[in-house]
Amino acid sequence: MSTVATSQIKLTPEHARPRTSVRSRLQDALPKIVLAPSFAITIVFVYGFILWTIYLSFTNSKTFPSYAITGGRAYQRLWGWTFDTDPPSSWYTSITNMGIFGFLYILICLALGLFLAILLDQKIRGEGVLRPIYLYPMALSFIVTGVAWKWFLDPGLGLEQTLHQWGWTSFHFDWIKNKDFVIYTVVIAGVWQASGFIMAMFLAGLRGIDGEIMKAAQIDGATTFQLYRRIVIPLLRPIFLSAFIVLAHLAIKSYDLVVALTSGGPGGSAWLPSNFMYEYTFKRNEMAVGSASAVIMLMTIVAIIVPYLYSELREKSR
Amino acid sequence: MLRKLLIGTALASGLAFAAHAEDVKEVQMLHWWTSGGEAAALNVLKGDLAKEGYAWKDVPVAGGGGDAAMTALKAMVAAGNYPTASQMLGYTVLDYAAAGVMGDLTETAKKEGWDKSVPAALQKFAVYDGKWVAAPVNVHSVNWLWINKAVMDKIGGTEPKTFDDFVALLDKAKAAGVTPLALGGQNWQEATMFDSVVLSTGGPEFYKKAMNDLDDASLKSDTMKKSFDNLAKLVTYVDPNFSGRDWNLATAMVIKGDALVQVMGDWAKGEFHAANKSPGTDFLCYRFPGTDGSVIYNSDMFGMFNVPDDRKAAQVALATATLSKSFQSAFNVVKGSVPARTDVPDTDFDACGKKGIADLKKANEGGTLFGSLAQGYGAPPAVANAYKDVISKFVHGQIKTSDEAVTELVKAIDDAK
Repeated sequence: MSTVATSQIKLTPEHARPRTSVRSRLQDALPKIVLAPSFAITIVFVYGFILWTIYLSFTNSKTFPSYAITGGRAYQRLWGWTFDTDPPSSWYTSITNMGIFGFLYILICLALGLFLAILLDQKIRGEGVLRPIYLYPMALSFIVTGVAWKWFLDPGLGLEQTLHQWGWTSFHFDWIKNKDFVIYTVVIAGVWQASGFIMAMFLAGLRGIDGEIMKAAQIDGATTFQLYRRIVIPLLRPIFLSAFIVLAHLAIKSYDLVVALTSGGPGGSAWLPSNFMYEYTFKRNEMAVGSASAVIMLMTIVAIIVPYLYSELREKSR
Repeated sequence: MLRKLLIGTALASGLAFAAHAEDVKEVQMLHWWTSGGEAAALNVLKGDLAKEGYAWKDVPVAGGGGDAAMTALKAMVAAGNYPTASQMLGYTVLDYAAAGVMGDLTETAKKEGWDKSVPAALQKFAVYDGKWVAAPVNVHSVNWLWINKAVMDKIGGTEPKTFDDFVALLDKAKAAGVTPLALGGQNWQEATMFDSVVLSTGGPEFYKKAMNDLDDASLKSDTMKKSFDNLAKLVTYVDPNFSGRDWNLATAMVIKGDALVQVMGDWAKGEFHAANKSPGTDFLCYRFPGTDGSVIYNSDMFGMFNVPDDRKAAQVALATATLSKSFQSAFNVVKGSVPARTDVPDTDFDACGKKGIADLKKANEGGTLFGSLAQGYGAPPAVANAYKDVISKFVHGQIKTSDEAVTELVKAIDDAK
C-alpha cells in the first residue's frame, strides 16, 4: 500500500502537494484520534458519573435512581448526623474516623518513610535486599493486608494468644475488639502497607540530591543532624508534596482495608466515609444519602488536589 | 483484510444467535449458595430440572455473600439483562416488583395450589399486587437455642422455659467455667438475638406491633426498655473476644463444648450436621425461652423476573420444581430449614426439623408467625439496618442505657421510614 502511494507521488509530482497535506493533516490529527476514545470514556465514566451522582444526591432515590429533584433532604440528614455525637451517629463516626485515620496515616507514613529512606541511604551493604522487603507490602491488595492483620491482632488467635502461650500472660492488646481503638488498628495496617512505598519515593529523592552541596555543608562544619534538617529535608519538598497527595487519596478512598480488617468494627465504630457510602447506597437502599456522602468525599479530595494542581501549574507557567 | 473481518463478524454473530437459541432451554440463576451444605442442597434442584431437559447456568457473582449478589443483580436489571430467577430476601422482592421488572407466575400458582399451602405471612413477600412474583424456597426461623448436650449434662441444666430460667442456666455454665453464651459480635447476629428477646419479653402481640408494624407507642414502651435490659443481661454472659466473630465460629464454640448455648437461626443446624453431630444426643434445640408457640421467620425466595416469552417455559419449570413437595423435603433436610409449604410430610427430617415443621404449622394457624426484623422480613432494609445499628451500638457500649437505646431506636426508625 505505502509503496504504491510513494511511487504515485514520484510519478505525478503535480498531485504530490495536496496528498502530503492530507497526510500531514492526518498526522496532526492522529494523536487526537488515538486519544479520543479514552477521552470520551473518561468524560462519560468519570465526569459524567460525578455529575450523575451529584444529581442523584438531590433526589429521593431509594433502591433505584429516581429523577425527580426533591431538594437537599439528603444533605440535611447528613448535616444533622454530623452533630449527633452522643451516641455517635454512623456519619459522625465515619468523618471523625476519617480525620484520625487520615492524619495519623499520612503523618506516620511520611515520618517512617523518610526515616527508613535516610537509613537505607547510608551506603549500607545489602540495600538491594532490604529495599524490596520494605517495598513489598505495597504489592499486596488491601484485602490481603486486612485479613493478615486481622488474624495477627485478634486476641484469641494472634499476637496476644502467642505471647500468652510463651508465658507473658499479663500482655493485653485487644484494640481490634475495642470500639474506641479499632480505628488505630486500621492505621497500623495501612502504615505497614504504604510506608515502604513512601520510603522508595524518598530514597529516589535522596539519590537525586547533588553530593557537592552535602560536601560543601560538611566542610562548613554542619553536623549530620543539621545537614538533614537544614539541607536535605528542604530539598525533598517536592517529594513530600507528591507523597502527601498519594497518601491523602489512598486514605480518603480506603474502604477494603476497613472491611477486611474489622468488618466495620464493633457497632460500626471503624467506618470510614466510603463504608458509609456503600452501606447506605447498596445495603440500606438510601441511594440519595449515599450519593450525598459521595459528593462530600469528592469535595474533600478536591479541597486537597486543587491547591496542589494550582501550585504545580503556576510553577510551570513561571 | 476487510473480508476476513466481515466473515469473522458473521461467524461471531452466528454463534451468538446459536447461543441465544440455547438460552431458551436454560435456567439462569443468580444466587450465593456456594458453601458446602448449601451447594449440595441446590444440586437437588439442578437434578430435578435436568430431568425435564433444562440446563442450569449460574450467573457468576464476584465475591461471596448476599450483598455482592444484590449489587450484581441491580446492575443486571438496570442493563435490562434479566436472569431467569434470583435468590432474594424479603423486601428486595417487593422493591423489584414495584419497579415493574418481576414476572407473573399466578397461572402456575393456581395450578399448583400455592395459595393454600404457602403460609400467608410468606405470601406477603411472594405476591405483589395480586401476582405471584417469587417462589419461596424455605422457611428459616430465628428464635432457637442451640445447646451442647455434654455441657448441659455436666452442669445439670434443664430446658429453660422462661427468661429467668435461661439466666439461671447461664449462671450455672459460668460457675462451671464454660463460656455461657456464644455470640458473634456482628450487628446482624446481635439484632437476630434481640428479635427473640423482644418476643420473649413482650409476647407475640407486642412483637408484631413493635417489630412489624413499627408502632411508635410500642417502640417507646417500658416493655421495649425491659427488652433492652434483658439484652444487656445476656451480653454479660459472652466471652470478651466476641466482637466481629462470624456466626459459624460461634456455632463451632458450642459444637466443641467451649460454650453452652448459641441463639441463632436454624441454619446453625447445618454446622452441627457438618461436624457429624446429631440432635438429641450431641446437641439440643429448644425454642428461645418464652417464645414457644411463636415463630420468627425469614425465608429464601427465588424472585422470578419478567423474561422474554421464549424463556418463560424454563422459568415456570424452575418455579414448579422449587415448590414441588419432593424438592421442598429434600432441600430443606440438607439446608436445616423447614419447607415453605405446610403440606410437606416430615418423615425425612430430624427431631429439630420435625419440631420446626410442627411449630410453623401451629404459628401459621394461630397467627403467631412473624417476620424477623433483623433478617429483613419485618420492615424495609433502611429501617432494618437502622435497627441493627442501634442494637449493635447498644451491645458494644456506644449507647449506654436502655432509656437511651429506646430513644435512639425510635429516632433511627423514624428517620429511615
